Amino acid sequence: MSQRSSRSEGSATVGRRRFLQASMTVGGALMLGFRLPLAGAFAEKPKDIFAPNAFIRIDRAGAVTLIMPQVEMGQGIYTAVAMILAEELDVQWEGVRLEAAPPNEKLYANPTFGIQATGNSNSVRAFWMPLRKAAAHARAMLIAAAAQQWKVDPITCHAENGVLTHIPSGRALTYGSLIDRASSITSMKEPALKSPADFRLIGKPLRRLDTPDKVNGKAIYGIDVMPPGVAFATLAACPVFGGKVAHINDAPARQIPGVRQVLALDDFVAVVGDHMWAAKQGLAALEITWDEGPNARTNSAEVWKQIRAASEKTGAVAKLAGDAAKALSQGERFDAAYELPFLAHATMEPMNCTAHVQADACEVWVGIQVLPRAQAIAAKVTGLPLEKVVVHNHLIGGGFGRRLEVDMVEKAVRVAKQVDGPVKVVWTREEDIQHDIYRPVYRDLLSASLVDGRIAGWTHRITGSSIMARWLPPAFQKGVDIDAIDSAADMPYEIPNLRVEYTRAEPPAVPTGFWRGVGPNNNVFAIESFIDELAKKVNKDPIVFRREMLGNSPRLRAAIELAANKAGWGNALSPRQGRGIAAQVSFGSFIATVIEVEVDDQGDVNIRKVISAVDTGIVVNPDTVVAQLQGGLIFGLTAALYGEITIEKGRVEQSNFHNYRMLRMDQVPNIEVHLIQSGEAPGGIGETGTTAAPPALGNAIFAATGVRLRRLPVDRAALAVRKSA
Amino acid sequence: MMTLKINGQSRDVDVPGDMPLLWVLRDVLGLTGTKFGCGIAQCGACTVHLDGAPVRSCVLPAGSIGERQITTIEGIGATTIGAKVQKSWLDLEVVQCGYCQSGQIMSAAALLASKASPEDADIDAAMSGNICRCGTYVRIRKAIKEAAQAK
Repeated sequence: MSQRSSRSEGSATVGRRRFLQASMTVGGALMLGFRLPLAGAFAEKPKDIFAPNAFIRIDRAGAVTLIMPQVEMGQGIYTAVAMILAEELDVQWEGVRLEAAPPNEKLYANPTFGIQATGNSNSVRAFWMPLRKAAAHARAMLIAAAAQQWKVDPITCHAENGVLTHIPSGRALTYGSLIDRASSITSMKEPALKSPADFRLIGKPLRRLDTPDKVNGKAIYGIDVMPPGVAFATLAACPVFGGKVAHINDAPARQIPGVRQVLALDDFVAVVGDHMWAAKQGLAALEITWDEGPNARTNSAEVWKQIRAASEKTGAVAKLAGDAAKALSQGERFDAAYELPFLAHATMEPMNCTAHVQADACEVWVGIQVLPRAQAIAAKVTGLPLEKVVVHNHLIGGGFGRRLEVDMVEKAVRVAKQVDGPVKVVWTREEDIQHDIYRPVYRDLLSASLVDGRIAGWTHRITGSSIMARWLPPAFQKGVDIDAIDSAADMPYEIPNLRVEYTRAEPPAVPTGFWRGVGPNNNVFAIESFIDELAKKVNKDPIVFRREMLGNSPRLRAAIELAANKAGWGNALSPRQGRGIAAQVSFGSFIATVIEVEVDDQGDVNIRKVISAVDTGIVVNPDTVVAQLQGGLIFGLTAALYGEITIEKGRVEQSNFHNYRMLRMDQVPNIEVHLIQSGEAPGGIGETGTTAAPPALGNAIFAATGVRLRRLPVDRAALAVRKSA
Repeated sequence: MMTLKINGQSRDVDVPGDMPLLWVLRDVLGLTGTKFGCGIAQCGACTVHLDGAPVRSCVLPAGSIGERQITTIEGIGATTIGAKVQKSWLDLEVVQCGYCQSGQIMSAAALLASKASPEDADIDAAMSGNICRCGTYVRIRKAIKEAAQAK
């Protein structure tokens, strides 16, 4: 594979009219539907290249370049997108070239968001049909071109591996030799797509195209770019959210060898040097007086006090069925509240961005999940028109939602405006953790009534930040954030009387954003913990209890049965050992997860086994799907065991990996993932494991200890064996 | 001015003696395969070899290195063990975002150089200093075992 970074070709801003409608689909997918332009998308057609749409280029030599509308951040999307295109285009897999799409909302918007963004585990889901159609259309044009040249019926021509064959005569032409004729074809009927039985690539565990350069140091992430003459900078924002620089004494910093410039820029300071070491030392030597502003006294206790108070208020109705209030007044009623903390993303590649601002141009190098927004913010900061801003998108060293924001671009461009030549702005890990845009705190109130061992009534009130209201306003309507209720309004269990509400509550001072697993993270933890509690109330096995309410969801039931079977559900365990299950339909995938733990007397949790069974529809690259689930489960376990950002005096208390801990090699057991064969449309997979792990872990801990954890992260003290006095 | 021996070559660099090797490699010499992750030897992304032993270059002053041989991810493939590790990493499709993998591969290669057939406990001990946020640990463990068995 060869890979080029993208260059912007100018970008159209997306208007609200592009959002046709917001609706929930089966499986909880956020869908803001509109159509991609498949043909005739180019104002000016490139010469010597067959460019039938925005995703495919074939040159005269037959070289195939596939344009990647979604960014690669480890999830394997470059390979999956290339497989989908190459499948329907019928080109040779070996040698396809990939190119990152430039910022262009018109051509490369994600069909479910309406903007050019990579997230919500929806790259394959969103692009599956559009890309297949685009590639099939291109193949049909090539077939038509060959048929014209041979003066034969197109139906007698066969496409395979970049070659067209006239079956009766055996004549053959390469795609490359047909590009002129194919480019001149103007009208085409929509061609039939391949039958899955004819797939040659889709469904095979093909090698990833992005990985070879990631094992030898050659891959270039945003942090690795080195434009000629680049200077190096690091920065510090006011440690208190919303604070400003009041005064700096830069005399000591200027004494540091290699320090070139010290910049005080309203809400942050930056030091520019010959290298990061000079910049870091310069920053450490700066004497800064901050104006801490109105948030200087904000702390976690206040955050929780506010969200608990907000959660007492009735929310906006997201889903109603039957009469939940009446049902709750009958039968035996149970209530529980679940709470989740702020989380940082802690991508391994710290926030960074390189920028070069000149009088009439701006160039930006960055790894970002929202390319046009990077371009737009650079244009805004520099005052330049969009077309004067070139953004090079690079491989991403971990996104997890953090790079759906462009604050690191905004800051870098502000620095670059003061620097002669390009400057690479790299955040320290401390800055990265203390100035993240955090997974919000959530509080979920759940109530249920039980009649004859089944749930008769159910209410679920979700209280937390609305990320959509800020990030994608059309997805926040009538008081309901479509992401915040995902996997709750459409939870899989059959309950006749149900009410799901959402109460928006923005935390004081702390900025909030998407985090791997997004809305379902919160909802699946609350629901699957509560379901487990209810099973215990009626003395039913948690799997039996779930299965009885899944009569209409054979796909989830099958996943539960497979996971239970593989995990040896029901086999005896030693004291302080336990198994827990969680089941969910999120991101269009059906997953059941069994976790087995042992909890020692000090309350330390040893994870013995993790087993997931997943029906994610048609699988494009099964090996990538397994890898995403393994990694996603570990991501969720890390959060459940350790993840918590706390606030004191308006500041984040955690700063680096010593106090914002990650699971490490010695704590991770083998993780089994079993894929269920399916002919349904593909589901999402990047975040599915992350949402599955915390409730399965909590339920396993309950089985091992009898202690129910309604807050995360796991409270070891609550799990320790109490010594009698 | 000091001379560092990196991947078999002598490189003259004009840097302060207390400057961590990580920044010399990345910002002065342009060897960007070695990654910055934490700056306090907590994550292992910056792991390189000093005379074959794994060290965290983010806290290793360049002036303390002297004559010792530095090997980075750009050079590890030239060693038999390094090449085996890189191959097994690709064969088992370990890599996701890949940002930590330079450090993982350097730690794994050092382990296999000191212990040809590591047990799980050896892998835990050698690899627990390397954080992978994508969660590739399960495959790293398998890939180390496969590299150990590769001819």
